[in-house]
Amino acid sequence: MRWWWWIPLMLFAGFLGVAAYQLTQPKDDFVPSAMVGKPLPAFELPAAIEGMSGVSTADFQDGKPRLLNIWASWCLPCIAEAPQLDQLKQEGVEIVGIAIRDRPEDVAAFLARHGNPYTRIGADDLSQVQLAIGSSGVPETFVIDGKGVIRYQHIGDIRAEHVPILLEKLREAGE
Amino acid sequence: MSLTLSSRGMALFLACLLAVPLAAQQSLPPAPYAYRQLEDPAKEAAAQALMETLRCLTCQSQSIADSDAAMAGDMRHQVRTRIAAGEEPEAIRAWLVERYGDYVSYAPVVSETTWPLFAIPLLLLAGAGAILWRRLRRAQ
Amino acid sequence: MIAELGLAALWLAAALAALQLYAGAMAQRPGGEGAAALVRPAAVIQGIVCAFAFLMLLWLFAITDLSVKLVAANSHSAKPMIFKLAGAWGNHEGSMLLWVAVMALSGALIALVERRLPEKTMLATLAAQAFVGLGFYAFLIVSSNPFERLPQPAIEGLGLNPLLQDIGLAFHPPTLYFGYVGLSVAFSFAVGALVTRQVTPEFARVMRPWVLGAWVFLTLGITAGSYWAYYELGWGGWWFWDPVENASLMPWLAATALLHSASVLAARDALRAWTIMLGVIAFSMSMVGTFLVRSGILTSVHAFAVDPERGSFILALLTLYIGGALALFALRAGTVSEGQRFSVTSREGALVFNNVMLSAILGIVLLGTLYPLLTEAFDVRVSVGPPYFNPVGAIFAVPMLLVMAVGPLLRWRRDSIERIRRPLILIGAIMLAALAAVLALGEISVLPLLGLAIAVGLAVASFLPLRGRRLTRVPLAVWGMVLAHFGLAVALFGMASESAFSEERLAAVAIGETAQVGPWEVALSEVLPAAGPNWTAIEGHLLASYAGGDPIELDPQSRSFWAPPQETTESALATRWNGQLYAVVGSEAGAGRWQLRLWWKPFVTFIWYGGMLVALGGALALIGRVIDDLRRRAVLARIAERRGEEAV
Repeated sequence: MRWWWWIPLMLFAGFLGVAAYQLTQPKDDFVPSAMVGKPLPAFELPAAIEGMSGVSTADFQDGKPRLLNIWASWCLPCIAEAPQLDQLKQEGVEIVGIAIRDRPEDVAAFLARHGNPYTRIGADDLSQVQLAIGSSGVPETFVIDGKGVIRYQHIGDIRAEHVPILLEKLREAGE
Repeated sequence: MSLTLSSRGMALFLACLLAVPLAAQQSLPPAPYAYRQLEDPAKEAAAQALMETLRCLTCQSQSIADSDAAMAGDMRHQVRTRIAAGEEPEAIRAWLVERYGDYVSYAPVVSETTWPLFAIPLLLLAGAGAILWRRLRRAQ
Repeated sequence: MIAELGLAALWLAAALAALQLYAGAMAQRPGGEGAAALVRPAAVIQGIVCAFAFLMLLWLFAITDLSVKLVAANSHSAKPMIFKLAGAWGNHEGSMLLWVAVMALSGALIALVERRLPEKTMLATLAAQAFVGLGFYAFLIVSSNPFERLPQPAIEGLGLNPLLQDIGLAFHPPTLYFGYVGLSVAFSFAVGALVTRQVTPEFARVMRPWVLGAWVFLTLGITAGSYWAYYELGWGGWWFWDPVENASLMPWLAATALLHSASVLAARDALRAWTIMLGVIAFSMSMVGTFLVRSGILTSVHAFAVDPERGSFILALLTLYIGGALALFALRAGTVSEGQRFSVTSREGALVFNNVMLSAILGIVLLGTLYPLLTEAFDVRVSVGPPYFNPVGAIFAVPMLLVMAVGPLLRWRRDSIERIRRPLILIGAIMLAALAAVLALGEISVLPLLGLAIAVGLAVASFLPLRGRRLTRVPLAVWGMVLAHFGLAVALFGMASESAFSEERLAAVAIGETAQVGPWEVALSEVLPAAGPNWTAIEGHLLASYAGGDPIELDPQSRSFWAPPQETTESALATRWNGQLYAVVGSEAGAGRWQLRLWWKPFVTFIWYGGMLVALGGALALIGRVIDDLRRRAVLARIAERRGEEAV
């Protein structure tokens, strides 16, 4: 018997191992940002609605950790996370919003209906900032520390169980 | 959950190929260079070649050149405007890889994680050579 | 009642498969004659019963019985009848039932007609076939019951994905399943031959029609799938190296290699172990592909309803079949001698070369498809796409295509380059001339350039085996080879031309304005609403004229379906002999303008004409082989008869 007759079986066993392992893993299709741990890239966005200020990198340099929430008025999960954002605001968290591909009147209507947890909202009409920070959809929420470094990324809508995690990450970012 | 996924444009159904589900339609028109070519044919060709090798992030099995997803449109806009500004295609790819990891590029490069992709074909080449040599030499 | 009948038939078929397996295995022992007599009848009845189960499913879909879960989930009373029927296999459960039904029918056919192999080998083959079938029955009954009832009948069906409501796609998946079934038969023959150690030219002859048939169906399936992706997806791409596409390509590559090595075994009694190996690999690739598609562990644009439980089940089947067969192979391959020798410059030599190259290409497609899965286990996500597959595949494809042009000119066993010097020079000269001509046309990248040159040379070379022969006397199988090789050259030409010469035009056009793409001038005459049974659309009316000729009307649509809500683009194509104009109407671009996407793709249609020629060649070879077999059988019967008379 020659050893190389066993090669196909060995390769197949390897495939089985990987496939079986992958089957047990929860399948998520999220693309995590590779910018976590790096400083925010320089940007400056105009305000998404009248009466609020826009967002720029400089807003994140004052030593206070914040949440950066990527959202849009046309996004259904953003409605679902609105109460959690409100709760975070109640806890004293400062939330900066970036509205993706949105019209001022739609943004205003959304905020009137679902509440406004934001201190500032920038309008990112061409997803430029979204691309620059490695976000791949709406909604996503980033924890930014007081020096403007991205510390954590939450992909998808914020559910009730995510609130403590975000608070913890914010606390860590403040240390 | 499925609502979350599909309106993020992340559900992997065929739907993804052609269109974002109606619920997630955008209110703004597409970015200027999402569906517009560059004036300079050489630059447009370079942009097109690059776009065909970048993965759409909301419709994950298509290149941004083959996707109607709004984010793919914004990425096309980004690529075309940067190419128009004279940036090298590989610099743009590197910029995106820095943000999204190797996943965003369909063109793997030799790295710590991808070297077997290149080593194994060499091994195959050697193996094929060995089989042929052995078989055909003995056959003489 | 119908659903219950179907389910009962499925159970019965499973029981028969178990009987067939048991009897086939017992027949391998001394004194197993009693059991042996059961195998063939069990296979025949199993085929009939399983086909009956599938007919019951078709019936349920035809009458849209909404108390059945599968019907309610995949059909809709408003759908046209043809798509109601297609709905029966346009989903996971139904397609598995179709697969197993065709497999059982194939088993029945072998059991009825195949008598050329030693009976023990035949029974081992049928037992292997039953073993495979049994796994599928278990899969269907345990985790994918197509006949499951809803506790409460649905009021209306959920509809079929609108993208799948397309005649091409309705028949694309079954084509692939027929191919997989053919390969499962080849697999069973290989296992049977390993069990009884009877790897003979006769074995290759018996297996060959099944491989040829499988190969024809796989070729058609891939060709049709590619064309569907091309016109339906709205961006003019025809191959994306998507995992699901690769899953259909891998069995094709293995089947192509198997087909050629089986020819060597049949004609020359060489490459015994290699042929067996490929017989195992070809079906393994079908199973691996099925696993990848249905378990959903790879990110793909195509998706069946993904379910980890099903994935685990298919993986268990894979372990059993492929693992078992490969282990058997490793144990027995040493006892299968290599067979006849041959020289490097011989038909066998060329076929071995191409077999090795095809296997290497298969290895690369497999590697590129599975690699992301491997890195994900370490939480690193990578993408492997065209920039990898095209050049790396070409390293092996180019030598293979060159040898393919020459191989058919060589004689079996021993030949010399000197003897075929003139045709060699001819082929070389044509390729170089084509290369020069394409270079003169302008700057194009290396791969399309090579592709065009090789395609032209190969097209001519594929007909050279006919030179000096009376065409009426050329066997059908040789015509099949010539056509298939020519078809590949045609397809290659189309691919290279599309890649090298396509022109794209994206424009925002107002009514009455025109846009240019290549030699075409396209005017937007109006944009109107349109409606279908379950969709509404905007339809663009375009007038396209080629090089100033008479305008052709094109009506691309942008459709909105309401069950389920979804938008699709319906491209409109203007086909000429030298290419296709591809037009898509997109959304309104403001100020009364509409987004138009236009492509002029020279010779793109050659890709699918080529694919069809390849399939036609395969079909001719199949018919030729079957007729030869029937003739040989008639002659043998006559000889036996005469002997009988003499004995009297």
